[in-house]
Amino acid sequence: MSLEHDPRYAVNLNELYKQVLMDHFARPRNKGRLDEADFTVHLENPTCGDTIEVQLKVRDGRVEDVRWQGHGCSISMASASMTTQAIKGKTLAEAAQFLSRCRAMIKGEPGDYKELGELQALSGVAKFPVRVKCATLAWNAVEEGLKRVQP
Amino acid sequence: MNVERIRQDFPILAQLVNGKPLVYLDNAATTQKPRQVIDAIRRYYEEYNANVHRSIHTLGERATAAYEEARAKVAAFIDAPEPATCIFVRNASEGLNLVAYSYGMQVLRPGDEILLSPLEHHSNLVPWQLVARRTGARLRFMPMHPDGTLDLERLPRVLTERTRIVAVAHASNTLGAILPVKAITEAAHAVGAVVVVDGAQSVPHMPVSVRELDVDFLAFSGHKMMGPMGIGVLYGKRELLERMDPFLGGGEMIRSVTYEESTWNDLPWKFEAGTPNVEGAVGLAAAIDYINEVVGGVANIQRHEHDLVQYAMRRLREAFPEIRIYGPEENRAGILAFTFGDLHPHDVATVLDSEGVAIRAGHHCTMPLHREVLQVVATNRASFYVYNTREDVDRLVEALGKVKEFFSHVA
Repeated sequence: MSLEHDPRYAVNLNELYKQVLMDHFARPRNKGRLDEADFTVHLENPTCGDTIEVQLKVRDGRVEDVRWQGHGCSISMASASMTTQAIKGKTLAEAAQFLSRCRAMIKGEPGDYKELGELQALSGVAKFPVRVKCATLAWNAVEEGLKRVQP
Repeated sequence: MNVERIRQDFPILAQLVNGKPLVYLDNAATTQKPRQVIDAIRRYYEEYNANVHRSIHTLGERATAAYEEARAKVAAFIDAPEPATCIFVRNASEGLNLVAYSYGMQVLRPGDEILLSPLEHHSNLVPWQLVARRTGARLRFMPMHPDGTLDLERLPRVLTERTRIVAVAHASNTLGAILPVKAITEAAHAVGAVVVVDGAQSVPHMPVSVRELDVDFLAFSGHKMMGPMGIGVLYGKRELLERMDPFLGGGEMIRSVTYEESTWNDLPWKFEAGTPNVEGAVGLAAAIDYINEVVGGVANIQRHEHDLVQYAMRRLREAFPEIRIYGPEENRAGILAFTFGDLHPHDVATVLDSEGVAIRAGHHCTMPLHREVLQVVATNRASFYVYNTREDVDRLVEALGKVKEFFSHVA
């Protein structure tokens, strides 16, 4: 007996592991530590033990510099790399708005996400519910940092 | 034991996942259920569903008889001296919590010690942390070799007159290592400590006799031995269970109740407050029948898994020099934790899934073991059961080849 394959659960690896994502995984941007950070946030993904530390340097309401380091899967590490690159230079409000758009995308909400640039590579994660937490780990850390700047 | 025939009893195994025949290697998390178990549960609901121990009618009597027969089967399966020493709980975690709260809270005093192995599942660690915090008792850990085997020679350093409770897994859910429970029990009893065993990864996979091991408590889950979820068992020695206060209060567990106070029912019902999981007990009994009658006894499962895990270790090492397998070489359950080069287990598991191969990736509820002993945040874990075959191992090896190929352009 062989049951029909259910396309809802089809795994398309290329949709998950987009090339730009793998590039960030192989050559992570902004990885390391800041000499003088204003805010440091350390988070863990309890399901797999992945860890991330995000450091922010904020000047005049803008993210002047950001660094991250951590251990995790390709999705979580690429997400940290792309996210820190995207928010660098943004005002705190812009950065918060950017992340809320990222969350809408990964929830699978229809819409145009062009403004997210490379982060669009994470749109495929929406179809892998168990991997969503990998993508959002860095976002949670950045948001936590932004909250500390403006409590 | 005819594995091909056994596989026919598991409808779920005959399906394609992502276009490939399913290879289910996540049995340490939960096992699949044979038709016989599914049918027994359906028959219960179609023919004799009723509440147990209180309904004075035919269906109630049939349900009660089935529920108590299930208890007798469980008792025979683990060689308990009498069915009344086997309490139905939701799962191994609940059984361990019951001991921690009812026994631990009652006997532990400030300065007393609870001795654990370093490879405990969180369910045999966290309850003791909670109880230690409330009683002022202290947790201590047994010395262990790097491969996950206990250093019995150094055991006397941590097992002293201050030790009141020793809590250990019979088989590690991460490393597959089988702990020398009998030796631990002898040493613990010599200093007057009580031994609590997490049998979640041993009872389904090897013959376990609570009398021979002389353990004081043993907990396990039905769903890891082809029974349904939501049913588990706590065995305890009668004299200990009788001395303990109930864990939960409610219906069925009382003898007499006034507005001010109550007296407790006899064992085992003293510990079974509220309507129990009769469906679960019936399903677990059917699973035990399946192991005894179709599989030919749990020793056959042990032999079969030993063959599979040895074959898997050999094939994986031959095929991939970058693989690292954790745990002892011999004397292990059918559990294989490994890391694959620098690849994160989540990435490995996702690609394996695309090949129809289901494994577990993560810390398998043993965070401190991963962090402090294995020194990795996560591992991959393939775990076997009676219906797995050497072809399943071959498919795992083949699929890991795809993982390697897929990630070859990175790193």
